[in-house]
Amino acid sequence: MASRRRKPAGKAQISLVVNGEPTEVAFSPHKTLLEVLREDLGLTGTKHGCELGECGTCTVLLDGQPVLSCLALALACDGKRVETVEGMARGAVLHPLQETFADLGAAQCGYCTPGFLLVAKALLEENPSPTRDQIKQALAGNLCRCTGYLKIYEAVELAAARMQGEEAEAKEETLYGRR
Amino acid sequence: MKQILDLTVNGRPYEVAVRPGAMLLDVLRDELQLTGTKRGCELGDCGACTVLVDGRAVNSCLMLALEAQGRQVTTVEGVASGNGLHPIQQALVEAGAIQCGFCTPGMVVRAKALVDANPQPTDDEIRAALSGNLCRCTGYAKIIEAVKSAALYLQAKQPAKLQFATQRSAAHLSIVGKRLPKPDAPAKATGRATYTDDIALPNMIYGKLLLSPVPHANIKSIDTSKAEALAGVHVVMTGADVPDLTYGTSPARYDENVLAKDKVRYVGDVVAAVAAVDEETCYKALSLIDVEYEELPAVFDAHSAMKEGAPRLFDQKYENNINTRVDHHFGDVEKGFAEADYVREATFVGNRAYQNPIEPHCAIAEWDTHGKVTLYTSTQVVHYVHHQLSRVLGMPLGNIRVIMHHTGGGFGSKAATNPLEIISILLSKKAGRPVKMRFSRAEMYLYGRGRHKQHIELKIGVKKDGTITAVKHKAVLEGGAYSSFGVVTVYYAGSMIPTLYKIPNYKYDGYRVNTNLPPCGAMRGHGCPHPRFAFESLLSMIAEDIGMDPIDIRLKNAMEPETRTCNDLDIHSCEFKACLEQVREASGWDKKKGKLPPGRGIGIGCGGFVSGAGYPIYRSQFPHSNAMIKIEEDGSKAVLFTGEADIGQGSNTVLAQMAAEAMGITLDRVDVVSADSDTTPLGFGAYSSRVTLMGGNAAKMAGEEVKKQVLHAAAKLLEIPEEKLDARANQVFAKDQPEKSIPWNEAATAFFAENGPLVGKGHYSPPKGLGGKYKGAAVGTSPAYSFSAAVCEVEVDMETGKVKVLNFWDAHDCGTAINPLAVEGQVQGAVVMGLSETLLENEVFDSSGTIVNADLHNYLMATSMDSPIIDCSLVDSYEPEGPFGAKEVGEGATLPVLGAIANAVADAVGVRIQDLPITPEKVLNGLKSRGPTLAANSGQGTHGRSRVSSTPAS
Repeated sequence: MASRRRKPAGKAQISLVVNGEPTEVAFSPHKTLLEVLREDLGLTGTKHGCELGECGTCTVLLDGQPVLSCLALALACDGKRVETVEGMARGAVLHPLQETFADLGAAQCGYCTPGFLLVAKALLEENPSPTRDQIKQALAGNLCRCTGYLKIYEAVELAAARMQGEEAEAKEETLYGRR
Repeated sequence: MKQILDLTVNGRPYEVAVRPGAMLLDVLRDELQLTGTKRGCELGDCGACTVLVDGRAVNSCLMLALEAQGRQVTTVEGVASGNGLHPIQQALVEAGAIQCGFCTPGMVVRAKALVDANPQPTDDEIRAALSGNLCRCTGYAKIIEAVKSAALYLQAKQPAKLQFATQRSAAHLSIVGKRLPKPDAPAKATGRATYTDDIALPNMIYGKLLLSPVPHANIKSIDTSKAEALAGVHVVMTGADVPDLTYGTSPARYDENVLAKDKVRYVGDVVAAVAAVDEETCYKALSLIDVEYEELPAVFDAHSAMKEGAPRLFDQKYENNINTRVDHHFGDVEKGFAEADYVREATFVGNRAYQNPIEPHCAIAEWDTHGKVTLYTSTQVVHYVHHQLSRVLGMPLGNIRVIMHHTGGGFGSKAATNPLEIISILLSKKAGRPVKMRFSRAEMYLYGRGRHKQHIELKIGVKKDGTITAVKHKAVLEGGAYSSFGVVTVYYAGSMIPTLYKIPNYKYDGYRVNTNLPPCGAMRGHGCPHPRFAFESLLSMIAEDIGMDPIDIRLKNAMEPETRTCNDLDIHSCEFKACLEQVREASGWDKKKGKLPPGRGIGIGCGGFVSGAGYPIYRSQFPHSNAMIKIEEDGSKAVLFTGEADIGQGSNTVLAQMAAEAMGITLDRVDVVSADSDTTPLGFGAYSSRVTLMGGNAAKMAGEEVKKQVLHAAAKLLEIPEEKLDARANQVFAKDQPEKSIPWNEAATAFFAENGPLVGKGHYSPPKGLGGKYKGAAVGTSPAYSFSAAVCEVEVDMETGKVKVLNFWDAHDCGTAINPLAVEGQVQGAVVMGLSETLLENEVFDSSGTIVNADLHNYLMATSMDSPIIDCSLVDSYEPEGPFGAKEVGEGATLPVLGAIANAVADAVGVRIQDLPITPEKVLNGLKSRGPTLAANSGQGTHGRSRVSSTPAS
């Protein structure tokens, strides 16, 4: 199924599973995964930030691993599973990370948020109870110019606690940004 | 497996992966985002999807995308270069040939193919070339005229400039009363105007409805498990998943379920819904839903349905399926008939016509994460939808936003909340993704809401001199399964009869009956065209019987200004007699009547309509129309916010004209934001021909408030008292010293600098206490009434019985025409739609209640080949209740058409057809017997038995 078909000097065609849905798409072979997601598949949740792999806002999960979609050739993704921010919620129910980002004010302009969410999701899948340092480490490739990161870390911690089944609520000092 | 397709579109090479079964139309719209090319019928009937392939016009809905491999495709987006307009587009804009604009891209492309091949086409060649492209708004007249002009432009020639007389009531005005092209026409001509189906939201999925295949049944069980298991399916929903509240149009008769709860009542009733990744998957999923029906006896015609023991659609709710009964008696008809010198009665039967806007209904719902939903929808009534959604969903208005972009025509079919609007919201909520739902052409017919078929018994008594003494009228309306607008329809069918002629004694018995067919609703002229057809036919029959000229008998009885009708409707301005005189002269009536060669005939028909309903269909304490105007801080633009919906009739243009006139600025300085429940104030929308009068009064009031503030600021700058100032054409000046002036924008800027935002607001409610005190007195009330007369000349082919309408002369009293170009467009469109209904249109059902002609090739509609030469006149008139003296034109112009054609056919061949449509078969049968005829009605086997009896009174 995942056989790569190319016409000489023409477009490439690949199969992807995007947010659980099998998709076939044709595009110029030089296109990045970011461009194909946004332009050919209409999934604009994944953002263009720097296009040099420096800001992390274009992060998506490829077979579960975070990749910078601005640096990934789409052609190299044939047959893979791609998860974008649009695939995080289950129907109308937000992912716990989306909920805590919203509740704690971890998103201001929101432009870096999709990338942060996906990196954090990958982190929590690998390490359900990360320390603050591990969170910082994991998110170090994602730049945010608005929040100063603090509320993002707190949101990831709160989501981790909730995903562990704890009935965790934001602490008062968290809400007021004091530590 | 998708395949790579290489093609060139508008000069740009594309390579795109397509499903082998995809049509060129789908690829252009969905893959290349070239949404100028429209999806109208998907069967090659309407032509809205026309594109050029290697220079040849084709219906892109019928061409497999893969067949375009290596070809050059031109869509409407590629016709003009850069930001300019192609001469064809320019000519369409200037001629007022663009109304809703949904057929326009196809027309532009088709016309280009024509003039490329034939630079100097004749009228007949233009008509023939455009005959595969349907337009439901314009009546084709202005399109044909525009193609002629475009051909001249392309040869560097200019069409002759015509001179138009200005109405007296507009003589002193600078923007109102002018023939101005619509500001939104260029966007429609170039494919830039976005209709609901042109919107693609990120991550959007699609929804479809499962419709009942049986006419009447209890639902025993529904099994959705197989559908839910299908890959790509997100949501499956049945009656168990939707609110229990019933909804509809008329609050007294909310009788529709969002999805059937336990019963279906017609073939097409909504049973279940699916949301999936694409429409193809939706349809697959629908086929996997198992519904167990317990079929019940069904009834398909009104007379059978009314009989004791007939199957009941609603067990107890409506006795003998009579959904609404009207029993009105004004004066004393028996006394009136006793006073008559001549009495005649006859039976007439109308037809089930469907509005068939070229744009199918479409809705897209999207929820935010705070419980607010935004609905994009193709509707005539944004705020009605808003209120009904609030009720059905149990949500406050503020959590629902309804937005109409461009709507591709409505004619009543989009005047109420429809299942797509409610169900897309429910599916989207569950899926957490935007959901788009649209009707196919066949699904549009199944949703229904077209014209009620009416069975009419009419009796008129007159004195020797033609004076009407009494009218007795009985109408049985075939309503279909649900109420929709029908309560109002059956009242309108009776209440408008006494508005056109002075009728001292009037009795009306109305029945609106439920049957197991798609529900009927409000179509242009709402309930009135069939009774008006009957009345105009019978009046001409009586004129002939008593040896009177048909126009003379109308003049004898014509309504006059400042009259209270026998059913307590207040007529103010009325120039009906002037309309009659106008068409008599313009048509050469006196030279033609009775003097035309065999097979040629001339006939007169008349009509009139409300300028907006006096009372809204849902109970509301709010003004019917509201407006806000905001001025930019530099004074360069005014933005008018109105809740009314421009569905092609041009309401944004005429409202902007009235606001501009009131403010003292030019039309190019007014932008309009309309039909968005979040940004625009409540407006009841485009139905009952209400927007010019009601929306116009609100816009004018808002404009006057702005002007007052501008004059206040200017007074300081000019050091002249405010009351001595006026504004016009972007200048503020002293009334007695016009040379003392400043630019309008400077005064506006000064106001803002000192006081903050320069805004104006306006509102309109009809006068309080309209109408009488009897039951149903509200229907037919209006602040003002239009009047019109039309003469029609036909030719009947004696071999085939086919009727060709050659010429049409219409005169309309619409008060002051705010934009005569737009008024002509409304009249021409109404004439051709009326002609189409009279001669061609009819829904046909099989014996199990399934519509058999739910498309655009078996359901016939007028094409450019059927469009007659139409002469439109306005008479001088001024309506005190209307803004700048204006009243309605859009619906009223339909009313004279049916009777005029029937009378012309009778004049031509001596055959009087009393059941619509006037098909060649009926004419031919009539020619054979040369007597009054009522051919058996096609379709439902309802029989209009001939009871044409003339009864000279003693």
